[in-house]
Amino acid sequence: MEIDNLGITNQIQPPISSGPLRVFKNLWKSLKDAMDLLSASATAMIGLVIVITWVVIAIFAPIFTTYSPTQQDYLQINKGPSSEHILGTDYLGRDVWARIAYGARTILSLGPISVAVAFLLGVLLGLPAGYYQGWVDEFVMRILDSIMAFPTILLYMIIISAVGASSFNVVIAIAIGGAPGIARLVRALTMDIRTREYVAAAKLRGDSDFIIMLREILPNCRGPLIVDLLLRIGYAAFYIGTLGFLGLGLPPPTPDWGGMVQEGHSRMMVNIWPVLSATLAIVSLVVGLNMFADGLREETMRYQ
Amino acid sequence: MEQSPILSLRNVAISYKTRQRDIQAVRDVSFDIIRGENLGLVGESGCGKSTVAFSIVNFLGRNGKITHGDIFFKGEQLLNRSEKELRQLRGADISMVYQEPMSALNPSMRIQDQLAESLITHRGLPKNQAFAESIATLKKVYMPDPEAVMLRYPHQLSGGQQQRVLIAMAMLNNPSLLIMDEPTTALDVTVEAAVLDLIAELQERYQTATLYISHNLGVVARVSHKVAVMYAGEIVELADTRTIYRNPIHPYTMGLMRCLPDVDAPKGTRILQPIKGRVPSPANLPQGCIFYPRCTFAISDCESKHPDLVEVSKGHQARCLRSLEWKDVKMAWEMEEIEKQPCPGRTILDDKTILNVKQVKVYYPVPFKTVGGFIGLEKRRFVHAVDNVSFMIQHGRTLGIVGESGCGKSTLAKAIVGLEPLSGGKIDFLGLDISQPINRRTKATIKEIQMVFQDPNGVLNPSYSVGDQIAFSLRRFKTVPANQVRIEVERLLQAVKLDASYYSRLPRQLSGGEKQRIGIARAISTNPAMVVCDEPVSALDVSVQAAVLNLLLEIQNSSNTTMILISHDLSSVRFFADDVAVMYLGRVVEIGSCESIYQPPNHPYTIALLAAVPRPDPDLVTSQIRLSGNVPSAVNPPSGCRFNTRCPFKIGDICEKEEPPQRDMGNGHLIFCHYSPEDLSNLKV
Repeated sequence: MEIDNLGITNQIQPPISSGPLRVFKNLWKSLKDAMDLLSASATAMIGLVIVITWVVIAIFAPIFTTYSPTQQDYLQINKGPSSEHILGTDYLGRDVWARIAYGARTILSLGPISVAVAFLLGVLLGLPAGYYQGWVDEFVMRILDSIMAFPTILLYMIIISAVGASSFNVVIAIAIGGAPGIARLVRALTMDIRTREYVAAAKLRGDSDFIIMLREILPNCRGPLIVDLLLRIGYAAFYIGTLGFLGLGLPPPTPDWGGMVQEGHSRMMVNIWPVLSATLAIVSLVVGLNMFADGLREETMRYQ
Repeated sequence: MEQSPILSLRNVAISYKTRQRDIQAVRDVSFDIIRGENLGLVGESGCGKSTVAFSIVNFLGRNGKITHGDIFFKGEQLLNRSEKELRQLRGADISMVYQEPMSALNPSMRIQDQLAESLITHRGLPKNQAFAESIATLKKVYMPDPEAVMLRYPHQLSGGQQQRVLIAMAMLNNPSLLIMDEPTTALDVTVEAAVLDLIAELQERYQTATLYISHNLGVVARVSHKVAVMYAGEIVELADTRTIYRNPIHPYTMGLMRCLPDVDAPKGTRILQPIKGRVPSPANLPQGCIFYPRCTFAISDCESKHPDLVEVSKGHQARCLRSLEWKDVKMAWEMEEIEKQPCPGRTILDDKTILNVKQVKVYYPVPFKTVGGFIGLEKRRFVHAVDNVSFMIQHGRTLGIVGESGCGKSTLAKAIVGLEPLSGGKIDFLGLDISQPINRRTKATIKEIQMVFQDPNGVLNPSYSVGDQIAFSLRRFKTVPANQVRIEVERLLQAVKLDASYYSRLPRQLSGGEKQRIGIARAISTNPAMVVCDEPVSALDVSVQAAVLNLLLEIQNSSNTTMILISHDLSSVRFFADDVAVMYLGRVVEIGSCESIYQPPNHPYTIALLAAVPRPDPDLVTSQIRLSGNVPSAVNPPSGCRFNTRCPFKIGDICEKEEPPQRDMGNGHLIFCHYSPEDLSNLKV
């Protein structure tokens, strides 16, 4: 009788298809896995549907409305909903629905962009702090602490009033405000992962610290990071709205949900529709993103 | 005299609800435990041992359910009882001892409150009486200084003491049934030996019925009267301990015994016989006999017929179609059907010294606790993890390093590969000085010393496929031209007995043993002259351990690699090492060839370590030498001989005051002890 002395039976494996087909299959498979994961959580699914709805509205805004968000009509000022203007018009006679739809573009591009910048900053600070520890850590953490000492909204106001209100500056402000949180998260994850044996194995092939941080550590932070970034996009949407309301957001006449609340709130007694629609838009987007992130976190945690 | 059983399980089936469907984790389990009896439940991980234990106390969790069968406790049905009744029973009459003592004790409560709690709630004793009884119980489990222990928090106790507290807690209400779920697995061998002695003694004295769960056949041989072997949710063999060990019938039981390295068999005399394949997942059981795919004795009927548990002889049940064939054959597993595979011979050994470690020291600074420390008012203190260690390794040989945890074995390994900077001493490798840490070593030296790690789950980066991770190091050292990396990776996978399809798998799709193989493939990918293996098999199941040890041996034989094997398991060191260094508290206390270490004369510490090895033989009378306490702190190591605080043969003052001299026992066998060579030979073991 023949016994493999290492106790391994050679299992028959299906042949692996190669080339682009395989890449496509792998991609399809990981997408399917992700959907399986999400579909297990009702919270995540509801959140995802809300977010996707807003994304679709933003992308296809010209299809959803025939009006331009900046086109003024002085014959139709502060009107309620009608068959022509489904959400009515604002104090300059602009179509509210058009402004909401185009405003989604603003918020859905600025939010992710500012979080992406915050992510870059956070990783740049958090990775070395967690990896080297010692004085590098002390130095970076004290800088972050001093940023975190400011109340977020106050920090934004200081930055925007110093450099002026523009979409670029809003991105910068939100990125600076968000970076410390991300850096702390990345640092904590790094401090854990750097003690793993695969990191020691990388050192044993003489890999540089830079390569170890980027190739061995950062990819393994992705689980908690993705959830955190999604939550942050929600907060960013919220803060962009707040800045708009405080008049520190995008300069008019750019369609901006926060700005709409600001312009409309003094005329609320005459026409509540601009304020109400913009508020509901902000709330639904933030809640959607949070639900998505929370559901995702619950589902990923369950298998650890 | 027939006694009615304390605990009786009848055809119990348990299933877990998962997202897809219900999965039967345990099927058709029946056994009895009578008063004073200890039933050992053994099997690999994932066989449903703990599930059975939890079903008795109804701790299955929200998704677990007993779907069939009955559980009788003292003749009463336990199933379908209310939560309240069960709680009453659990505390007063059924107790459980868990695997991880640290997580079973509440870290924020003093021992006295944790012990007294169950007395106060279950028996309604007043507090001072409960405390008095707790102290009495601690005395029962031979806890030194019980009054002081009562006031401590769990983190102030050693692992062995914590386990004693847990056993005391379980004994408090004089339960009729004690369930122990791998109570010694997390402990060092020396501590394990003492705890096993205690369990056996308490058993003898209080006649408690015990269900003892373990994956270690050696441990079960020591404490159990009867053994039930579980495989994939079914009991495959049940008999009294002697019968199981002397005359096993089920091929799985035989397989479990065959794959154990024997502490008495020197290297090169045999290779281990692992069980091929792995435990099937309960969701995917084979048709017919569940063990059929892994069985070396399978016949064609096994594929289709599911065998019943039949009585082969009185009190000996087995679930195998061929059980009657082996009924009278002693040690059927040594039958001709398995050719005894001799260990393949090794290529030429030369006497060239490949590694020379000279008085190496590794100290870690202790962080300052006061402000004064930061401004230099306090003297810096150090953990003396490795202190003046010297040894040499010849080309192509294996040095085993043994000792309890906290002895500096792993630190020494890290210092050699360069992951830990030296505080003193020198390491020569192939005539080159490699005393610097890895970031100052040249690529050529890094390539020559590689490492195999302990934890299979931490060994591979979860983000990359297996092939990519091996390829990283091939590209880094340019071992092969860039266009041949894939072919080389596949060759390496072949070398660790995995097929090429593993290239694109992710680590989470692999079993522990497979991950460890990939770790080995990665280590040998640079074609190193030396591989340091840090506890490579301690986290694996016995059957998998055997396969990995065989693999390491085969690699050494084919490529003449020098190896260092760090292990707390003296049996696997015996199997794999040529030379052995015994470490205690940062020092080498004894070093020599395997033959000289595994027989007297020995250093007292080695004697104690050898006495503590659990052996899978119920008849073997082992030495009663036990170490008390645990390894002292390496911040303030004891003066003189570091072992003096625990030495069973301590001479007296000299041991505390003077460093022990080196005793040369011939053939390079060195012992560091105050006893003269003659006295060492006469030490009563």
